[in-house]
Amino acid sequence: MSDEDRPDELSRGGGELEPVGDPIPDPGLPEEFPRPTDVDPALERRAERQVAGAFGLATLLTLGFCVAYFAIPEDKTLFGFDASNFTLGMTLGGALLLIGAGAVQWARQLMHNEEIVEERHPIESPEEDREIALDMITVSAAESELGRRKLIRNSLLGSLAVLGLPAVILLRDLGPIPTEEELRRTVWAKGMRVVNDVAGTPIRASDLEIGQLVNAQPAVLVPTGNPEKDKAIGVLQGVELLDAKARAAVILVRMVPDEIHPPPGREDWGVNGILCYSKICTHVGCPISLWEHQTHKVLCPCHQSTFDLADGGKVTFGPAHRPLPQLQLGVDAEGYLIAMGDFVDQVGPSYPQMERD
Amino acid sequence: MHLPLIRRGPLRRVSSWRRHRLAGVAVVLVALSAVGGAYAAFAPDTATADSSQSDLVQEGRKLFLVGCSSCHGLNGEGVLAGETNRNYGPSLVGAGAAAVDFQVGTGRMPMSQPGPQALQKKVTYTPEEIEALAAYVASLGPGPAIPPDEYTDISGISQEQLTEGGEFFRTNCTACHNSVGAGGALPSGRFAPTLHGVTPRHMYEAMLTGPQQMPIFSDAVITPEDKRSIIAYVKAVEAQPDHGGFALGGFGPVSEGVVVFLVGMAALVAATIWITAHGARVTDKTAKASTDSEADR
Repeated sequence: MSDEDRPDELSRGGGELEPVGDPIPDPGLPEEFPRPTDVDPALERRAERQVAGAFGLATLLTLGFCVAYFAIPEDKTLFGFDASNFTLGMTLGGALLLIGAGAVQWARQLMHNEEIVEERHPIESPEEDREIALDMITVSAAESELGRRKLIRNSLLGSLAVLGLPAVILLRDLGPIPTEEELRRTVWAKGMRVVNDVAGTPIRASDLEIGQLVNAQPAVLVPTGNPEKDKAIGVLQGVELLDAKARAAVILVRMVPDEIHPPPGREDWGVNGILCYSKICTHVGCPISLWEHQTHKVLCPCHQSTFDLADGGKVTFGPAHRPLPQLQLGVDAEGYLIAMGDFVDQVGPSYPQMERD
Repeated sequence: MHLPLIRRGPLRRVSSWRRHRLAGVAVVLVALSAVGGAYAAFAPDTATADSSQSDLVQEGRKLFLVGCSSCHGLNGEGVLAGETNRNYGPSLVGAGAAAVDFQVGTGRMPMSQPGPQALQKKVTYTPEEIEALAAYVASLGPGPAIPPDEYTDISGISQEQLTEGGEFFRTNCTACHNSVGAGGALPSGRFAPTLHGVTPRHMYEAMLTGPQQMPIFSDAVITPEDKRSIIAYVKAVEAQPDHGGFALGGFGPVSEGVVVFLVGMAALVAATIWITAHGARVTDKTAKASTDSEADR
């Protein structure tokens, strides 16, 4: 906007605007006043003693660390803490802190502290420097004979290019993507006993009282401690076991049968009010067993998804949007609780592809 | 073989007495007093035990009528109230002595006011009164009894049992009570209390009876020996020194984050201020002059 374009009101009465110099003069550096330690030799000596004292104490603490490392046995306690950890931390931490504090105090009280001005310079290098650099590049390119020895140049480029392949190939380890079938299946099968997690004992329907919770597993996932028995059950081992356990863990709960409202078709999925649900939250797969026996609700501690186990595992709160999958229970000839098949609904966390069905 | 004894020994006299005309009467008297004496020797014991047990129940009933019946009903049958007929105080038939010993023994009952959860308070009853109340409630219907000492005495636990107790604890208890038993939050204002400072007997009773929202862990599934291992593990964790410094309640990132943010950041800010602050300056011109003169010298 030039002066000619200015609306009349703005230029009216003011006449021509006089160009002024710097409207605010450069104040320059503020006046320097000396510190008390610059003026008073007694104070100066005191500051010196403080700094040297801090460094000296740091030395003692570091030596204390070395002594404490060997002198304090592992099982001693001090103020309710582990004595060894406490002393090692305090001595070494204190030494580092004192070295830092001493250095700061030295700079603040004793080192010269005149303020100086450093002018800004252009970032670009001078013309002649740049010319020298260019010359060097041209000369070395010529001396390396890269242009003349095409075989070497091309084989080098080829070998470098191929180096990219391993990086790409290793990406395969991110997969293979499990099939829908693999994700849908767990190790539960018709007739498999439901056993107590940790102990591995099979469970009778009469073992559960109203309001009871049992963290349970399929029999093939809990080693009993007896190798022959394990073999007869077909207990899985190692990676296979962990992999299967991640999706097959269940909870058994027993409620008053009248308080259960099973979804249509699931009326006979329980035994005397005992129901079996997956222990894996359908949101992002945290194990859940926070069961409130009076409200029949199970809560996921990760994101507070809440499922009503008396109502087919329906979501009543939180980010999960699939009901907790239920496992149909039965009783075998010896009276132990068994699964009547695999889960019908998919167990485990939800994932984007799942939304399509 | 008998004859010489009878002829010469003391039995000879007995033998002659037994033909006395009062012998039959004497025998009957001796027999009667023997039976009576034997009865007297054995019977009174049971008689006093019965009466002391029923005395205890009677005493418990009196306490119950005064302190508990307004919520649990005059006969412990429970009180339904409100529009939805929800439990005002639940029925105690079948609650058993263990439930009473836990609820009253930890000060949760009697409740001071209705709320999301019965809170732990100062224990109102003496141990004798709690025993009487427990006896009364146990008489209402079969329920879990107070556990015997052999399962709540955790001295002499083996390292193997401790480890197993830890496995049971992590599988069954940590979801609500936290990995070191520090307790945790539940929906609608309820919470799982801390396990620190809880006596082994009360822990056992809680597993057995499932107080409030806590599920039951029956002896048939988690055996008494397993329960003992679990209790021993909780006590062992509680007794452990804090190897890593302040445990801050054992709640993990929540309390640790608060302390790091408030205390740690405050300390950093204070240190920064100290480093960059200009110390005191001598503005007095004469002082400046004296420095100059000193420098000249």
